[in-house]
Amino acid sequence: MSATTVPTGDTPVFYQLEEEHHEPGGSTLLGFWMYLMSDCLIFAMLFAAWGVYGTSFAGGPTSHELFKLPLVAVNTAMLLFSSITYGFAMIAMQEQRKGAVQAWLLLTALFGAAFLGIELYEFSELIHEGAGPWRSAFLSSFFTLVGTHGLHVTFGLIWLFTLMVQIGRKGLIPANVRRLQCLSLFWHFLDVIWIGVFTFVYLFGAMR
Amino acid sequence: MSADTHGHAGHTHAHGHDHGHDAPHSTRGGYITGFLLSVVLTAIPFGIVMGGWIVDTRVAVAVCAALAMVQIVVHMIYFLHMNSKSEQGWTLMALVFTIIIIVIALAGSLWVMYNMNLNMMPGMASGAGM
Amino acid sequence: MSDTLIKMIFGRLSIESLPIHEPIVVATFAGVALGGIALVGALTYFRLWGYLWKEWFTTVDHKRIGIMYMVLGLVMLLRGFADAIMMRLQQSMAFGANEGYLNSHHYDQIFTAHGVIMIFFVAMPFVTGLMNFVVPLQIGARDVSFPFLNNFSFWMTAAGAALVMASLFIGEFARTGWLAMAPLSGLDYSPDVGVDYYIWALQIAGVGTLLSGVNLVATIVKMRAPGMGLMKMPIFTWTALATNILIVAAFPVLTAVLAMLSLDRYVGTQFFTNTGGGNPMMYVNMIWIWGHPEVYILILPAFGIFSEVTSTFSGKRLFGYTSMVYAVLVITILSYLVWLHHFFTMGSGASVNSFFGITTMIISIPTGAKIFNWLFTMYKGRIRFELPMMWTVAFMLTFVIGGMTGVMLAVPPADFVLHNSLFLVAHFHNVIIGGVLFGLFAGINYWWPKAFGFKLDKKWGLVSFWCWVVGFWVAFTPLYVLGLMGVTRRLRHFEDPSLQIWFVVAAIGAAIIAVGIAAFLMQIFVSIRNREALRDDSGDPWNARTLEWATSSPPPAYNFAFSPVIHDLDAWYDMKARGAKRPITGYLPIHMPKNTGTGIILAGFSLVVGFAMIWYIWWLAAAAFLGLLVTAIVHTFNYDRDFYISAEEVTETENARTTVLARLGA
Repeated sequence: MSATTVPTGDTPVFYQLEEEHHEPGGSTLLGFWMYLMSDCLIFAMLFAAWGVYGTSFAGGPTSHELFKLPLVAVNTAMLLFSSITYGFAMIAMQEQRKGAVQAWLLLTALFGAAFLGIELYEFSELIHEGAGPWRSAFLSSFFTLVGTHGLHVTFGLIWLFTLMVQIGRKGLIPANVRRLQCLSLFWHFLDVIWIGVFTFVYLFGAMR
Repeated sequence: MSADTHGHAGHTHAHGHDHGHDAPHSTRGGYITGFLLSVVLTAIPFGIVMGGWIVDTRVAVAVCAALAMVQIVVHMIYFLHMNSKSEQGWTLMALVFTIIIIVIALAGSLWVMYNMNLNMMPGMASGAGM
Repeated sequence: MSDTLIKMIFGRLSIESLPIHEPIVVATFAGVALGGIALVGALTYFRLWGYLWKEWFTTVDHKRIGIMYMVLGLVMLLRGFADAIMMRLQQSMAFGANEGYLNSHHYDQIFTAHGVIMIFFVAMPFVTGLMNFVVPLQIGARDVSFPFLNNFSFWMTAAGAALVMASLFIGEFARTGWLAMAPLSGLDYSPDVGVDYYIWALQIAGVGTLLSGVNLVATIVKMRAPGMGLMKMPIFTWTALATNILIVAAFPVLTAVLAMLSLDRYVGTQFFTNTGGGNPMMYVNMIWIWGHPEVYILILPAFGIFSEVTSTFSGKRLFGYTSMVYAVLVITILSYLVWLHHFFTMGSGASVNSFFGITTMIISIPTGAKIFNWLFTMYKGRIRFELPMMWTVAFMLTFVIGGMTGVMLAVPPADFVLHNSLFLVAHFHNVIIGGVLFGLFAGINYWWPKAFGFKLDKKWGLVSFWCWVVGFWVAFTPLYVLGLMGVTRRLRHFEDPSLQIWFVVAAIGAAIIAVGIAAFLMQIFVSIRNREALRDDSGDPWNARTLEWATSSPPPAYNFAFSPVIHDLDAWYDMKARGAKRPITGYLPIHMPKNTGTGIILAGFSLVVGFAMIWYIWWLAAAAFLGLLVTAIVHTFNYDRDFYISAEEVTETENARTTVLARLGA
């Protein structure tokens, strides 16, 4: 095939006569990566807002008073565990072990759901203490940044369950493998964002 | 950005299980290394802040920020399988470009807003409730 | 009880929301309704619904989607221009005792709608449409990377446009100016639906824009024909690549900042309020981080069009191709480093202002280099003054002035005088009309024969051209003058009668532009009527140089029966010069994506979500969002998304082309 593309002497080839086999979805991973990069910029702006408003307590409760680091540590652990379990799902996928893939995905979903549960608990506690997002710009930016991350995890979970049904039905066909790879990027990407969240929001906030 | 890369040629056509030409072939060892590294890199900053390992806040902030950067790189390499070869380097290029834009937007916003608060709201510049 | 029930069902939507007290709006509505009924009637009478649905609305063919974007842009251009002419009329008469014919409530909506529509729903669809149509052809691809996403993107853009249009008749549009600056756009100062229309229209259209950006970047990166290295890419494709990278990197910022504004409005957060620690200046800062790259998103493809046109109609290879590519890349990065020049006066201080002033001036260097490249391309060329070339020359003369006034504005002390004045208004119209719009007209005249197989009528094209160019200068020179005299923008009424003459001249200019638009519509109409006389069977009516001219006009669904192999930057010119023979046998079945209605359904749900959120109809918003989610999920269960065009069908199409070419004696 590649021979047709090389000009030979003075009669170059101008048309490729053999049909090249086009892989369906050959651009999917790159396209999805670019979507993630754009998502990254949404988070960048939310971090910028946090950077500007992080100390705008408006006379209300401060981050030092509000943040409960043990809870955050548990939550971080949940997300880290879900990352490694997703990694094992990818390994199982490479080894074509459908049952193992499903099991690891389920475990990932459980950790993800635990993460969300803890986060919702934290939010409701804060709101009960009178520290809702409307209290001060500090809390607005906190809830928005952490909440946007949580929203992403929620969509990740919906996607994960959808994909489990699809794998159950069709098995590890190329289309599903591609989707698993995209979700893998998505899931680990959320992990990376969380590193920023726990460092710059929670830890720095607690030190103020 | 060499001139001779293009999207079509040179792919294997084997319709194998992993299908994607640039699909990263991950290993169990890679994931476990990444996981252990990130556990350590997460535990240290939490220890610094919760256990009060470093007293000087400015040093603590600097160390935590540095560890976060390292951990992000660890995740990029071991979990997101970043390297200079996937998709002929386009993913890495997209990442570098994004980082540049993020740095510009973040640093720029903070710089601009800091100066604005300083000039336009003297005495009120952030931290009013501290 | 029943009151609360009605509130639950209809939110804040009520009979009073319909602007029946505004005679102008009622008359417009009557006109639109009658026109709409006539259109629907005609489509039904001629049984075109099925055809439209099957061949256009659900299409995944990048060429048809591109054409649909152009139609959307054209329709919205008429709306946006109607706003413009109303403003010009108002300002030319509202002096002293005369209050004009627009009240301030209406006038403020008009200048906001004009800006929003012209940028988001005219310039963006036109630019995206041209890129969609041209780029895959130029790189020798059969379609974009994600054809379904392409269809979905278009319908999201259309849904955003539909929301803006709906605001004209149901409720009102924002009265804040096109960027809805906080705190004016906050709930305290804009409690009505206007800003919500603004937010949801832009968020919905923004999804479409972002996805189309991702799509085109992936297409350019992954789908180039064999042999087309990066430095053999046509310059329009290069500018399209830069533009779409900018889209992917800039539109998320808009999404984020509008999301924060909506949280302020819906949830009561304190981002941009004056109380609770918020800071409206942060809104200004963030929206311009998107806003400045946005203008480069619009102008870069126009630069690409001018490059192609100059090279084709000068019969020469583009001068300084490499420098052109680097200029585009430098502009791409620099466009992120200048945003503060939009608010020098907000008080960041000398160090910040000088940094952004200097970066702004630097950006004129690569742009200037481009102008010289075009001039040197023309130098000693055999220039053919066809319509696209005329638009290009007019661009060079007009844009340079706009660029120079831009450099003036980049000087912070000067900006303190000129900020928010009509000088600024004249400046950005000078670059957007003189740059983007002239480029789009050049592009439309240039690629029309490729899309439809016949050229556009030259006589009406010339009328349109001269009216636009002359009308532009008559309309905007007075604004430069007024701006230097200190007249600020967005004013509805003036006291000083000595200013009136300038506004009258500007209104005359707008009227001349109106003739230009009418002549453009006439040009299209006449060309369709005389299409047999204007027909071009060769597929290469301009003796052009790039790959899109290597196939028939209009191109078949699969673009190229055989992938072309590229050896030179001017691939098609090279093929012609070296006598490349188009293969006439041995056709193979071609793998293509299937049409799908999912895109339009998803966009329809998004439209309902937006509308329901604007009017606080929570149940409807929730239901439509659920519908959106379910439709999206169901769509992923469809694995059967492509088909093969049989070898027989390809052979038939290509044989017809062979016959035509033989008749032409090629």
